[in-house]
Amino acid sequence: MNLRKFFLIAFKDLRLIFRDPAGLVFMLLAPFALTLGMGALTGRFSGSTQLGISQIPVAIVNQDSGELGQALEDVFTSKELSELIAAQILVDPAEARALVDQDKLAAAIVVPDGFSASIFTPESGGDVVAVEFYENPTRPTSTGIARSILESFLKQVEVGRVSGTLIIKQLLASGAIQAQQAAALGAEVGWEVVGSNSDSASILITSNTVEGSGAKFDILAYLAPGMAMLFLMYTVTFGGASLLVESRAGTLARMLISPTNPGFVLGGKGFGIFLTAAAQLIILIGGTSLLFRLSWGDGLAVALLILAAAFGASGWGILMASVLKTPGQVAVTGSAIALLFGILGGSFFDMSLLPEWVRTVGKISPNSWAIEGFRILSMGGRLSAIQPHITALIIMGALLYALGTILLSRRGLVRK
Amino acid sequence: MSAVLEVHNLVKKYGGKSAVDDISFDIQEGEIFSLLGPNGAGKTTTISILSTLFAPTEGDASIFGFSVTKNPMEVKRLIGVVPQEIALYDDMTALENLNFWGEMYGLSGSALKTRVKELLEQIGLADRAKERIKTYSGGMKRRVNIAVGLLNKPRLLFMDEPTVGIDPQSRRAILDSVKSLNDAGMTILYTTHYMEEAQELSDRVGIIDHGKLIALGTQSELTAQVGEMDTLILHLGENEDPEHLAQGLKTLSGVLQADPSDHSVALVTPSAEELLAQVVSRANELGIKIHSVDIREPNLEAVFLHLTGRALRD
Repeated sequence: MNLRKFFLIAFKDLRLIFRDPAGLVFMLLAPFALTLGMGALTGRFSGSTQLGISQIPVAIVNQDSGELGQALEDVFTSKELSELIAAQILVDPAEARALVDQDKLAAAIVVPDGFSASIFTPESGGDVVAVEFYENPTRPTSTGIARSILESFLKQVEVGRVSGTLIIKQLLASGAIQAQQAAALGAEVGWEVVGSNSDSASILITSNTVEGSGAKFDILAYLAPGMAMLFLMYTVTFGGASLLVESRAGTLARMLISPTNPGFVLGGKGFGIFLTAAAQLIILIGGTSLLFRLSWGDGLAVALLILAAAFGASGWGILMASVLKTPGQVAVTGSAIALLFGILGGSFFDMSLLPEWVRTVGKISPNSWAIEGFRILSMGGRLSAIQPHITALIIMGALLYALGTILLSRRGLVRK
Repeated sequence: MSAVLEVHNLVKKYGGKSAVDDISFDIQEGEIFSLLGPNGAGKTTTISILSTLFAPTEGDASIFGFSVTKNPMEVKRLIGVVPQEIALYDDMTALENLNFWGEMYGLSGSALKTRVKELLEQIGLADRAKERIKTYSGGMKRRVNIAVGLLNKPRLLFMDEPTVGIDPQSRRAILDSVKSLNDAGMTILYTTHYMEEAQELSDRVGIIDHGKLIALGTQSELTAQVGEMDTLILHLGENEDPEHLAQGLKTLSGVLQADPSDHSVALVTPSAEELLAQVVSRANELGIKIHSVDIREPNLEAVFLHLTGRALRD
């Protein structure tokens, strides 16, 4: 019986939210409008036959005489990426940087001499020659895509390097090989490990370039979740405030003096915030997918990500209601937090533009995890690729709900 | 008759300050019992404790034998509560509100449908049941608010100032409905700061002030405390000194009690009319200007005044 009331309270809240015309405009129309507006600014609706960004101009300056420099060059000039990336091979790093400075390129990638050797030689003690990524700050999304491809490539190289180093060290220690054989063998082992992971390494690249598969990168696939998460935080703020509004209006007290366990009353209110948040995300993600022909790929992964994002975000709503005293305080604080999370979590900017420490701090926001999860899905990633994001959002929600519930129970749901 | 509610030494403190200070009373089955007192006297806090919303700091109460602190769920099933505020959802219709609250009280299916229909007819809103609460007048909202408290057919109904802020016509309708409910066998605990309501409705009255129950009994028992006395209230200007006037009037023959308060002095006397001329004369002698005068015959207000030295609305 109590469980039935739990759902009764939650669905009552959902019903009330969808009866508020002003709330609906804010929850649904505003994010749609902003997504449309920002999409227009990026040229998404300019009549191009391409869906979203394509032919990102990137220069590759390969000064490395080894195999890895060549491999990186091959990735960026591959047929699979030819629609997304317009790579040009240059010799002079200064020239490449100058072209970026002149806004003729989105980025320049400089592979220094000795890069491959630093990876494949165990004696280097782990010091790797760094690849330079010189980015154009005025093209954040294009730069972000190029960086993602580069990072994906380097991640595999790193896996190969660590594995190779370990194997060679073990072989050296056991006396199975001599020191002079280590370099050649290291290159061979490392290259094999890189190669053995090539399937997972290339997920982002291949799925992004298959003609007509819908897995092409679309700027709206970045903007739509960004705006949805931004406005989701406002919605959970209103949800948290509704707990205090009900406390003041006497309806919360009325629920508590009905024959209902107080835990189910609070749980029902919390579940109501989650339901509202989930409904908003479903409508926004579903709506933008239909309107802008966006494809998110794996349906189950999208559904789980939506639910996890709604859960993580609604935890913030409960926490605000438990810490703050009046609906007005929740509204003001919640708006500030929504804006802050929007900035830190990547609703407005490409996260790659921000300093590392900001990106780390941004991880406290549900925006950061959800937006990145949606970006991965839009580029062909599957459920396994966004498992950390879903897990992080669920942990965030669970912690915040637990903390909020403890604080609310201590303070009392209804105050004299 | 047997006691359906027994309150034993109930105390509720907020930060050391007592909102309810050691009160004890009982309510017999079929009674209308009023708690009469000014705003902030502790009426709502008492009802909140009895309806299990707040735990008492000390003491306990039992309703139909169930302790409000130890058996709250049993108590909740037996009582109905009409809160002072309109505890309804404005964006839902009356029908939706009643359905929601009915389900919160465990009703469902045809039992819920029948009960909601009955109540809508009882409060005269059957034809407007599908309109949202926010379109209703204050009186109509109050009626729905009462109906919600009746959904579970409670044997004991708590009504916390149900007529606050409504027009005289709606107030009349609510007072009549309270009598009807009582005639149908419902026991009612009614709180108010309107002396007339307590006088009209109650079998017994408890007078509460500053969290303490200062008097308890039938109306005749309570008015007997002030005897067949009139109360003469002298309203003074802002710059006048009520204390000084009260001292000056105490010596007049016929003045049994003189209580100063903010800008007024209350005199208890066997005959206010006979005393009035002497009072005006003494005030002139003292240089104190009387703005206006009220004469009150023995009633609950006079009892309150007699016990506290203040009018109910002070």
